[in-house]
Parts: sequence; C-alpha cells; structure tokens
Amino acid sequence: MKPMLEVKNLHVEVGGTKILHGLDLAVNKGEVHAIMGPNGGGKSTLSYVLAGKPGYDVTNGEILFDGDAMLDMPADERAAKGLFLAFQYPLEIPGVATMTFLRAALNAQRKARGEAELSSPELIKRVRDIATKLGIDHEMLRRPVNVGFSGGEKKRNETLQMTLLEPKLAVLDETDSGLDIDALKVVADGVNRLRSPQRAFVVITHYQRLLDYIVPDVVHVLSKGRIVRTGGKELAFELESTGYAQYREEAA
Amino acid sequence: MAAVQETVEQVRRIDVDQYKYGFETAVESEKAPKGLDESTVRFISAKKNEPAWMLDWRLAAYRQWLTMREPNWAKVNYPRIDYQDLYYYSAPKKQAGPKSLDEVDPEILKTYEKLGIPLHEREILAGVERPEGSSRVAVDAVFDSVSVATTFKEELKKAGVIFMPISEALREHPDLVRKYLGSVVPVSDNFFATLNSAVFSDGSFVYVPEGVRCPMELSTYFRINEKNTGQFERTLIIADKGSYVSYLEGCTAPRRDENQLHAAVVELIALDDAEIKYSTVQNWYPGDAEGRGGIFNFVTKRGDCRGRNSKISWTQVETGSAITWKYPSCILRGDHSRGEFYSIAVSNGRQQVDSGTKMVHLGKGTSSRIISKGISAGKSQNTYRGLVQAHRRAAGARNFTNCDSLLIGDACGAHTVPYIEAKNASAVIEHEATTSKISEETLFYCMQRGLSQEEAVALVVNGFVRDVLQQLPMEFAVEAQKLISISLEGSVG
Repeated sequence: MKPMLEVKNLHVEVGGTKILHGLDLAVNKGEVHAIMGPNGGGKSTLSYVLAGKPGYDVTNGEILFDGDAMLDMPADERAAKGLFLAFQYPLEIPGVATMTFLRAALNAQRKARGEAELSSPELIKRVRDIATKLGIDHEMLRRPVNVGFSGGEKKRNETLQMTLLEPKLAVLDETDSGLDIDALKVVADGVNRLRSPQRAFVVITHYQRLLDYIVPDVVHVLSKGRIVRTGGKELAFELESTGYAQYREEAA
Repeated sequence: MAAVQETVEQVRRIDVDQYKYGFETAVESEKAPKGLDESTVRFISAKKNEPAWMLDWRLAAYRQWLTMREPNWAKVNYPRIDYQDLYYYSAPKKQAGPKSLDEVDPEILKTYEKLGIPLHEREILAGVERPEGSSRVAVDAVFDSVSVATTFKEELKKAGVIFMPISEALREHPDLVRKYLGSVVPVSDNFFATLNSAVFSDGSFVYVPEGVRCPMELSTYFRINEKNTGQFERTLIIADKGSYVSYLEGCTAPRRDENQLHAAVVELIALDDAEIKYSTVQNWYPGDAEGRGGIFNFVTKRGDCRGRNSKISWTQVETGSAITWKYPSCILRGDHSRGEFYSIAVSNGRQQVDSGTKMVHLGKGTSSRIISKGISAGKSQNTYRGLVQAHRRAAGARNFTNCDSLLIGDACGAHTVPYIEAKNASAVIEHEATTSKISEETLFYCMQRGLSQEEAVALVVNGFVRDVLQQLPMEFAVEAQKLISISLEGSVG
C-alpha cells in the first residue's frame, strides 16, 4: 500500500535562509503521526509547505499526496484534494459571518471536486449538528470569523471547520498552544471523532500534553530541518522527561 | 508575498475588458452645435419648451459661470477640460417625448435590457412572482440628455406621487419646480453646479405629498451613449411632511478613448418628519488600465433636512469613473433632523476618487452618521474628504464618523481628510479611521479552506463593506456586491 502522504528529501528556504534540509516523512491512511521538536526546528515550516503557503521556496525534493505530486498545486487545490491545516494562529475576517465562511469553503471544495453544492438549509443543519457535538455555542456561527474570539474559541472553530470539511489528511500546527485543558479536550475530542481507517493526521506539537488526548501511532522528532528520530508513542514520554537538548546537539 | 503579488497582477489586468457596459448603441441623435455660449442655453431651453423664467434662470447661471474658476483643491489630476469642445445636448432622434413605452426606440430598449434594467412594465408585472407588498421598482431612464421612459407612472399617480422627467415637470408642475429648484444647491454654489444650472437637460423629479409613503422604490437609470457629450442631469426630490421615499440611481457609459464630462446636481428636500433614502450605484466607464478614457464625474449632491425630525440618508457604491469628485451632503436645518452617509468607493487601475460628505448641523439635537469604506487597488488614489460642522445654534448635535480604507497591492493610495468644526460646546463629534491591507496570511487562510484567490479577495472585501451594503435596498445590494467583485477581480463578466 502506498502511503497517503510522502515527503521525500524536502529542502526548503524562506527568504534565502535554509529551514528544512532533506526531510523525509511517510504517513499511511488511518495513522496519527506526531511531530515534536525544539522551537525553530522547522515544524511550522513543514505544515505551511504541506498546505502550500506562498513564500516558501522548495529547492529540492517532492511531496506526494495520494500518489500525486503536490508542490505545484495552489493551496485551494490541495484543500479540495483533502488536505486541511489547523492553524496555530487562525486569522480574523471582519464582516464575514462564520456560517458564510463555512458555506463558501465547503462549496468551493465541492465545486472543485465536481460535486453538487450543498443547499443552505442542508449546510446549516450539518454545521449546527457538528457545533452541538463539539459543544460550540450556535451564536458563534453568526459572529464574524474569529473576530473577538478567545484563543480557545478560535481553536474550536478550527476543529469545527475540520469536521465539516472531512479532510483525508489533517495537519494540526501547535493546536495546543495557549489552550486551557477544557479547550484542549474539545480539540482532541474533535480529532478522535474523525479518526478512521481512511484518514490520517499529522499533529505538530511542542509538548507531550496534547498526546495524552490524541494518542499517536508514530512520533517523530524534527530538529534542524530533519527528522532525527522516529519511534512509537512512548517516545513522547521520553522527550517529556529528557527535553530536546540532546537533539539540538545531535543535529548540529 | 506571492499571493498578494498575484492579486496585484490580477488587478493589473483589469481594464476595459472587465467593463461589461462598454458597448455603444447605434441610434440617430439630435445634438446642439458643439461648444457653449448663450445660444446653446437658449437651444436647450427651447428644445424643452420651457417657461420664460426657466430660460432666465439658466442664462443667469451661465453668466455667473463665466466668472467662475474650476476648483482645484481635490486630490485629483486630469487634463484641462475644453468646455468648447463638448456637446451640451444630445437626444435620440424620432421621439422627443414618448407617450408610452411602445414609442421608445427599440434599440434603446434593447440597451436597457442589456444593462439589466427592468423597463417593460408588462414584463415586470407578468414575469415576477412576488408576494403582496414586496417591492417593485419604478424606473425613469435617461439616455444622454433626455428621459426616454418612465414606468409605473399611473400607479404612482394613484398614490399622489409625482415621478417624471424634470423637463416634463417644468411644464406640468412649474410652481413646484420653481419653488424648490436651486433652493438646496444655489445657482452660484460651485463651478460645476453652476454649469449644470445653465445647461442641464434632464433628470428626475419626485414629489411625495404629505403623509404618503411611496408605494415602491423609485429608480433612475442614466446612460451616456453619444461621443463628446457631457451629461448634465438634474434631480429634484421633495418629500412633503411625514412622507417617505426611497430612490436609487444607476449609471453606465460606453468605453471610449476620450474623457467625457458628467456634472450632475441632485437636490433633496425633506420637510417635517419626512424621510428620503437616496442610493447610488455609480458605474460610469472608468477608463482603461493606462488611464485612457473614462468619465470625469463632478457631481453636487445635497439634501436639506428642512423640517423637524426629518431624515436624509445617502448610500453610494462608487466603482466607476476616471475621476470622481462628489460629496453628497446634508444640511441639518430642522431641529432633531438626521443625516446619514454610507459609502463604498472602489478604485482600481488609474482611477482617482475624491469623495465624502458634509454634515452641516444647524438645528438643535441634530445627528449624523458617516460610514465610509474605501478600497484602493492598482495604481489608483482614493481620498475620503469630509466636513462635520456644528453651528452655534446646534445644541446637542451629534456625529459619528467611521472611515475605513482597504489597500490591495502596493501601488495605490488611500487618504482621509476629515474637517471638523464645532461652534457649540455641547456638540459631540466622534471620528474613527482605520487603514488596512488584505494580508497574504488572510488570503492563505481562506485558500487553505478551499477558496480560490479571487473568491478569497471577494470574501474579504465583502466583509469589509458589509455595514454599507446592508443599507442598500435588497434588490440592489446583491447587484452592488457583484459589481464590487467585478471591479476588483477580473474573473467575472
């Protein structure tokens, strides 16, 4: 079986500075991979390059998603193909109601895939059901996207979007940062509901804490632009007690 | 950076091709000889069979105009206008004043059809299934210098509402016109208004009698078709005591390499407890990407809240014209009267917009609200210029102003020039202003959720202008939203 996501020998520069130096990663469907590592090691860069953010120069290597080369696809095409990125810092869009945004996003993806657009009543029902399951106040759906949301609300909103869009591969970029334990549980709960043999997750985090709630199949350590160690979920506990200091030196 | 770069590219490519109203209609026209002197004024007045006092009024304006100078304080640059190289009157031949729609030149009807104007009463009545009481729209259509068709006249008449071309009103209701014409924008007001007073050819006249709520939206559609022709329309709306009217104007013109002049005057009068809501969707031809061609839009719009508790509300969506010079204003004369100005001004290519409002608080307890949203893209310049004035008598005057500017790309400019003058210590005037860019981060966030770059820009822009769009009559809000997307994206149309 081919992996769902294959990253091969990925080299990335941002504004002339090399961030990733030959990163390899393979994620099979049904799996949850955690990527941990010290700050500045390239974790966020990896998530942005996967999602297709402009401004990241890939100087070498390739990314295959479902067997297709993905590097030349713009971000919206990758999204329609089933890639979702939960942002570390979700953006605010003044004047655009969350429900409007969700409708635009889902229908844009459906259109790109050649599927019929969802009617408004159908969409509203679907979104409300998800919100209820995630314990999100329906009033939030009327508010402009992320405007005036607390950190926890923003992350809940990301989880809501992920659940609605039903991606094949979800990348969570430090979703736990700045969250209290209740919000963390909501996010983890959202991810766990979505876990299925057809779906994969890449969970990027600095701390082991999130992995108590989202239990990974594989844990990688990313440092100095490379995966320097790969293991099972026990690796996360080990990192929690030893810290990242040794990896900073090893990679240097 | 790349996403914004692409947006800038997109925006750059937008020129005439995006302007879908740029076609020309082949109709024979009758024109006044080129240039402007007293005989031109007499020619226009004679064409309209005007009463003698009207001709005198025009001639006085013309003489005054000769002594005036074109204003140059606005932040706009344009080549000198040769006022002798223009036609001041152009009318489609055959029908000077059609009795019914059947007499209107089919070519013109086709034009309005292409523009999406529902001119055929029968089609409107038969074709649209709308629940009882929902709005229909009565339309007056002005082609170059004359009004070619007015719909729903009979039905309005039953309600006592007068809605007709101003040239017709001068013949049928001379006393009303004489009483109010020039009472808000005096003949000597400013260079362009004075020119208009001398040579205005047509426009709409509305009178809503005491206590009447106008049963439908009124709308005038202005179209410049003829070459080298200036359009000088004159609109006069009077809302008598306790009445209400909502009025909308739309404007387009063919694309041409040379510039054309549009100098309109709009006067609104609201008596005690009356309310006028005036909406504009201005989409004159903006010129091409290099700044060739396009309409010079020098417009004087002013409302007089003459009565107690009266209210005038201006809403404008400005996407067209090479030059826009326009300050729809409210004179808050009646005690406790209220003025509102809601504006969306979009500039792209080489367009220059200098627009805003004046709120002149004269009466006690008067209030005003200004919400202005400027969007600049391409190499355009977009200026908000506004005056809020509280006079000595205006005890308890209140104003709230909010000016937001949104920049797309790095070659455009947004400017805010607020003037505030308070001569009464109890006046409270608030001003808020923000300037922002559509960030690459925001676009990426939207695209990561599946929106194309164009859809992302449209979504962000629509969010930005939402407060103002909500002020437009429903039927036009959707249209305006589309228009804004077209003006900015180049994907549709």
